Amino acid sequence: MSAAPAKPPPSTLRPIRGPSALGGDASRFWTLAWTLAILEFRLKFFGSVLGYLWQLMRPLMLFGVLYVVFTEFVRIGGGVRFYPAVLLLGIVLYTFFSEVTGSAVTSVVNRENLVRKIHFPRLVIPLSVVLTSYLNLLLNLFAVAVFFVIAGVPVRLSWLEIVPLIIVLGLFCTGIAMGLSALFVRYRDVQPIWDVVLPVAFYGSPILYPIEALSNQAQWVQTLVMCNPLAVIVQQARHALIDPTAPTAAGAIGGATYLLIPLAVLVGVCALGFWIFNRSAPRIAEEI
Amino acid sequence: MPGAAPAVVVRDLDKSFTMPHEQVHTLKERALHPLRRIGADLFTALQDVSFEVERGEFFGIVGRNGSGKSTLLKCMAGIYSVDRGRVLVDGRLSTFIELGVGFNPDLAARDNAILNAIMLGLSKKAAEARYQRIIEFAELEDFQDLKIKNYSSGMLVRLAFSVLIQVDADVLLIDEVLAVGDASFQQKCYDQFNRLRDEGRTILFVTHDMGAVARFCDRALLLEHGRVKMIDAPERVGAEYFEVNFGRSGAVQEEGDEVVHRGDGSVEIADAWFEDGNGIRVDSLAHGEPCAFLAAIRCVEAVEDPSFSVLFETAEHQPVFGTSTTRDVERTGRFAAGEIVGFRVAFDNILSPGRYYASPFVSRRGGGDDVHVRVDRMTSVVVTGAATGGGLIDLPHDVRVERQPSAVPS
Repeated sequence: MSAAPAKPPPSTLRPIRGPSALGGDASRFWTLAWTLAILEFRLKFFGSVLGYLWQLMRPLMLFGVLYVVFTEFVRIGGGVRFYPAVLLLGIVLYTFFSEVTGSAVTSVVNRENLVRKIHFPRLVIPLSVVLTSYLNLLLNLFAVAVFFVIAGVPVRLSWLEIVPLIIVLGLFCTGIAMGLSALFVRYRDVQPIWDVVLPVAFYGSPILYPIEALSNQAQWVQTLVMCNPLAVIVQQARHALIDPTAPTAAGAIGGATYLLIPLAVLVGVCALGFWIFNRSAPRIAEEI
Repeated sequence: MPGAAPAVVVRDLDKSFTMPHEQVHTLKERALHPLRRIGADLFTALQDVSFEVERGEFFGIVGRNGSGKSTLLKCMAGIYSVDRGRVLVDGRLSTFIELGVGFNPDLAARDNAILNAIMLGLSKKAAEARYQRIIEFAELEDFQDLKIKNYSSGMLVRLAFSVLIQVDADVLLIDEVLAVGDASFQQKCYDQFNRLRDEGRTILFVTHDMGAVARFCDRALLLEHGRVKMIDAPERVGAEYFEVNFGRSGAVQEEGDEVVHRGDGSVEIADAWFEDGNGIRVDSLAHGEPCAFLAAIRCVEAVEDPSFSVLFETAEHQPVFGTSTTRDVERTGRFAAGEIVGFRVAFDNILSPGRYYASPFVSRRGGGDDVHVRVDRMTSVVVTGAATGGGLIDLPHDVRVERQPSAVPS
């Protein structure tokens, strides 16, 4: 006489929906994204003996090389206040951008065994890539803050502006990550193409050079450069964190209303990315 | 559980895949030929699939390779989108298409088990709470901090299976996961499934293993070319499955099997076949029924007192049974040139399910190597039936357990 466990009454049938980008309840969505992100981060962090140091080495090495070249040989940074700090901050923000988008490209295909065998909202995958990179960015920003203090950059309340800035940067990256990861399932040359685009994004943003260096060009050149949301974020971060005398993003683009252009780019990229991902999500498992 | 509410309802499910003739793998190719239409074949994997599974049922889904079993499971799990139809499930559903999905070799057992449980539908909190039971069931307490890559395959399977058991789904969809592991592990799996079923959970189970279906399933569904062929008791479905696989086609000889006539040529075997109990020529025989092997033999020259024999073999060339006229009569008589002789061996079919080959031969009186004619594997027959104990034959038998009260110490 084993007591049968109490069962819910009948007619609790619910339909099973096919795979989709979102779907399911929000808490499961975030649990999954967060779990995947944490594990990925820990793999990078604890994967080798030096772990985090290696993660930090990449931007630092790039910084070291560029710093030597552009202060000793080319002397672009000569007239810029706190040029090393500007360079390092720009590199760290760009590293986040390239890390998210670069590893997002292959992310869905790499998680093939999950996609083909388990039902879960597909968007979890590119999102977990963004979250992993956020964890890395936070650690890197901490290192940047230490560097600022050593370099004598005054600590100011406007440092807090970094929070909304990296949120916007994260949104921009998520949009690109969604689009690329879904496209790569079908078109495998997305990866080499993106590898070419990334350096363009680097040199197209005021990281190496201050935006003022373009002032002897026509205004439209500056405006064009600042249409890139990454450039807007880098420039605004420089103004807010390092040098209040440096032009704001609005100033650099030629007026606050012009900021609507990068905003439109940001929204457009996110919408396009989501549209691409959402459209291909139901069939990713079949096409991989 | 008759009359219980259905736990799973599948209605009018259609699913097809497009298979492009030419794969376009790159944006470059797409850009170079933007206007070229790429022809594609529509492959229908599932068509009009409808069935219901009651709560607490152990339901088997069987069919040949490519019959759509796994596609059906993936559609039910929500991994593939369906073209038409609905899948309704009562309670939480978990799919186990592969044990240990998402296991990462560089993480410890603990992280992997929790990740796997979360992927399969548990909340993070529940996954952590159950971790202790998972690791205990897997008997891996001493190795929980070891990275998975250092695990033996047996340990890995145990860990993955423990997660499956603890995930607590109301409906489990299982695809051949039990093909892994040794016999004792498989038995442990089935014991656990039986326990889950007793708790009122529903298990749908895709397999080729008709033995497992017969032993564990309450009912089974047979898929053929994406359509439901039948839904019935496992024994019947098993019999039909063998029909579908081996019977019907009439192509008894497998391709590449060349029939070789050997001997001195004084006698020919014109035909050889099997008949069922009603004397009808068949390609498959039901286990347990009376049946017969027959050969039509034509004498090219006059022969005296030949002996007629036949040997049955398995596909692996293992002799199963042989008989000959020499058992009863040594002198069969004189046969004139051109005469046609029938040779018939009637028997009760106690062969285990599978394919058997018959090699008839006619030899000179006294038998031996002096053969008039011999045709190796001239015909074959498939014995159908679900029950198999693993041997070459299934004897008619009776199994009994008897208690002896006097032997029990009081």
